[in-house]
Amino acid sequence: MSTIAPERGVPSPRILVTKPRRSDQFFRLVVTLGGLTSLLILGLILLFLAYRGIEVIRMEGFALITSSDWSVVEDESGNVVSQSYGLAAMLVGTILSASIAIAIGVPIAVLSALFLEFYAGKKIRGILVSLVDLMAAFPSILFGLWGFLIMMPSAEYWAKLLNKYFGWIPIFDVPAPVFTRSPFIAGVVLAIMIIPICTSISREVFSQTPLDRIQAAYALGATRLAMIRAVVIPFGRSGVVGGAMLGLGRAMGETVAVYTVLNIVYQVNWQMLFGAGGNIASLILLKIGEADREETNALMAAGLVLFVLTLVINSLANELVGRLGKTGR
Amino acid sequence: MTTVEMRQVETAKPGQPWRATPRERAFAIGNFIAAFLLAFVLVKFTGLNGKLGWVFGFFFSYIAISFVAEYARSGKPAAQDSLLTSVSRFAVFIAIVPIASILGTVISKGWRGLHWGLFTQDMSQATVNDPITNGGMLAAIVGTFVMVGLALILTLPISILTALYLTEIRGKFSGVIRFLVQAMSGVPSIVAGLFILSSIVYPVTQQYSGLMGALALSILMIPTVARTAEEVLLLIPNDLREAGLALGATQWRTVAMVVVPAVKSGLVTAIILGVARVIGETAPLLLVSGGGDATNFNPVSGPMGSIPYYVWKSFLLGGTEESSQRTWAGLLVLLIWVMFLFAIARYISSRTKKG
Amino acid sequence: MGDNQNLGQEDSQSNPGEEKKEMKTSTTPRSLADVASNRTRKEPGTNPLGSGLEARGVHAWFGSKHALKDVTLDFAAGTVTSLIGPSGCGKSTFLRTLNRMHEFIPTAALAGEVLLGGKDIYASGTDVTKIRLRIGMVFQKPNPFPSMTIGQNVLSGLKLAQIKAPNTDDLLQECLERAGLWSEVKDRLNEHASALSGGQQQRLCIARSLAVRPEVLLMDEPCSALDPGSTFRIEETISHLAKTMTIVIVTHNMQQAARVSDYSAFLLSDGGPGELIESAPTSELFSRPRDKRTEDYVTGRFG
Repeated sequence: MSTIAPERGVPSPRILVTKPRRSDQFFRLVVTLGGLTSLLILGLILLFLAYRGIEVIRMEGFALITSSDWSVVEDESGNVVSQSYGLAAMLVGTILSASIAIAIGVPIAVLSALFLEFYAGKKIRGILVSLVDLMAAFPSILFGLWGFLIMMPSAEYWAKLLNKYFGWIPIFDVPAPVFTRSPFIAGVVLAIMIIPICTSISREVFSQTPLDRIQAAYALGATRLAMIRAVVIPFGRSGVVGGAMLGLGRAMGETVAVYTVLNIVYQVNWQMLFGAGGNIASLILLKIGEADREETNALMAAGLVLFVLTLVINSLANELVGRLGKTGR
Repeated sequence: MTTVEMRQVETAKPGQPWRATPRERAFAIGNFIAAFLLAFVLVKFTGLNGKLGWVFGFFFSYIAISFVAEYARSGKPAAQDSLLTSVSRFAVFIAIVPIASILGTVISKGWRGLHWGLFTQDMSQATVNDPITNGGMLAAIVGTFVMVGLALILTLPISILTALYLTEIRGKFSGVIRFLVQAMSGVPSIVAGLFILSSIVYPVTQQYSGLMGALALSILMIPTVARTAEEVLLLIPNDLREAGLALGATQWRTVAMVVVPAVKSGLVTAIILGVARVIGETAPLLLVSGGGDATNFNPVSGPMGSIPYYVWKSFLLGGTEESSQRTWAGLLVLLIWVMFLFAIARYISSRTKKG
Repeated sequence: MGDNQNLGQEDSQSNPGEEKKEMKTSTTPRSLADVASNRTRKEPGTNPLGSGLEARGVHAWFGSKHALKDVTLDFAAGTVTSLIGPSGCGKSTFLRTLNRMHEFIPTAALAGEVLLGGKDIYASGTDVTKIRLRIGMVFQKPNPFPSMTIGQNVLSGLKLAQIKAPNTDDLLQECLERAGLWSEVKDRLNEHASALSGGQQQRLCIARSLAVRPEVLLMDEPCSALDPGSTFRIEETISHLAKTMTIVIVTHNMQQAARVSDYSAFLLSDGGPGELIESAPTSELFSRPRDKRTEDYVTGRFG
């Protein structure tokens, strides 16, 4: 193969121009416009929430995310006397409950995915994979109501047990023996909600492990565990982390499943077993019906904070899932 | 080395000598029984109790016993391997129990609330605490159908065009759009509701309606449909496109007559997954569709009910036996829909894989 | 990359195009029989190192498909045996039954025995991981672990099987030397394996198999994905290794079989399961094949 060099006698390459037909130009235009809709929608969401929320953001400044006081005081005739919108408690609750969900859910999901991909027999695997995928399609209201009506009593029992034996660790301590509707219980419900999603993603990632590497490990006398540690985990690590972060984004944006099992209290609470907390999404659901104009704008600002937060988490997650295979080779 | 003479051995039977022998099976069953006995001791003499206590006690003993037994039998590497085996079995068990519990409770509690009137009456003449035979879910079912259908009509062109852009045009925005579609799939559902509130309901229409609900749902639906459609379009081999173009067809005709027909069933799967994604969406509908108790077919005027709204209302306003029956019956109807859609999607994708 | 250029003169010898020509006309001066007889064949049992492997009436199935029928073949300790035959004759399947890699296919089944040092490797209660430690394998496509460095790759077998080795540095050098790769990589042991060329990667895979000190090494068309220069280096490596262990190599390249192996076995399938047609010292198989079908194949009349 000779390389093209600017020598004498060597012709310079011709420039190839493909001029599409009129119908194709139209087609490409329509498809491109359609493709750009997602940009438009995301842009509009950002724009409108910011437009509605800007007043409150300007009024509160950083206090919007550092203060935990959310109150509107009205006099008898309905005029607003004082107002204060701080999201700190809700932010902490959002992050705390979602982190608990990840801490419980991800190990279970990854181990399940390993079992489904490398240990289960063909038949059992088919049934379990269908069940897990079905559960990933369950609407969140199902998890919320089931969590409130069925799971909360058992979760409370475990919370009490944890508090009894590990109460000396600050996060397992409680200021008062109130164990109902705590961040821990919300975290457990969210964990159950994200386990199917994380399992599906992890399994998908593991199943892409190149067979020749797996066989190479086995041919060297590896047990399954050694093979998984040497081949599967290095290959799938970034994908699994990405799946976990998708789960995190999902858990932070969840509304009804948290609304039912988490008390909304305007006070920063890091003690996960104590029944106080809240998350931004459920605050919006709680307040939007009765809010006046000003408070509605504050809720829009809260929505903006939530939107940006989940956007960042999701982008990171997608970046990691997409990086799969690049680290492998 | 000697040359081997040809022998016709008809007696050779296919066997799988690597399968577990009866002795190894007996070893595994022995572990199981020992773990069961240990769990019994644990529950009897320690603080563990209840069903969950039994389960955890059993699995911890099983993990410990199989580790020790394997260590004694085959050494450390095999024992560690068996540790991962038993721990991952336990994990799957934990992952499956909630599914079983959800399915079990919803079905057992919900079926008693099912009656024919559920599908022929609405709640305009009844409150949630009335006897269950009074009133039904007609408004909710109609509302869900209208809104999901409308959302689908809005979603379909946008998502298919997006998928076509990513797979057929592959223009300079491909990376950005793929990124944005993925980002969009992470938009919390309540934010979609807030967006419709702030951009249309407050400044323009100033009333809740089914159309607003459909708009909010389509924001949540677009990424699901677009991504699934992109996946199936990517499966089409490039040869097929080139074959079309090499015949002198325009790109538009190649896509319309070769590419899209080849993925028809995949696109149907994409639509079904999109519908399944939003059919149970609650939060945005609580914000923008108003939630009506009377049957309303008109998406542009008047509040519109939905199945999730029906469930939510029965749950929040109730507190009686009747309202609880309504909640579970509503959840059962929702669950049946989700399972039905899931089953169709599975059926289509399994059929295309075979063919 | 570098090795290809160094070995430019070797390229012409093992140019695939030229080989094909030679296979068609067995009258050229460098016929397969000549190549084979240039080797001094090793007699079985002359070398104390390595264990012999014996296949006794081995059948293999995939589901209901009978892939391999009644193969009985001895691999004496310290010899190189090549398995030749057209595609689909079951030679790779046979190779994989020899270290129990066959059972990874879910529907696979087997009959017969494979004896390593006189003991059946399929006997119940046998620890399969220990069998694979004693019978190493090199695959068609080079498959180093991409997450590990070159050095880690060589020693990965020890880590995987949790074997403690007293002096890993010496072992690392020894294995790489035996695989003929030491001089090329000794300064870049901490680089990732993906930085190597295909031929170097394959020799790295050989070095990796050597680190656990197997008695037998199975090679499944180790050169089919490589260029002629790298192929030559691997063949050299095989010749060196044969001094210390038993080697079984599956190959499509009859020139290669003639160059590297002491014994050759010809397998063939006539649409049904693959069968062993003939096995003999390599020079004999290529010069005086006893079976008509073997003759047709080695003279290039079919296959």
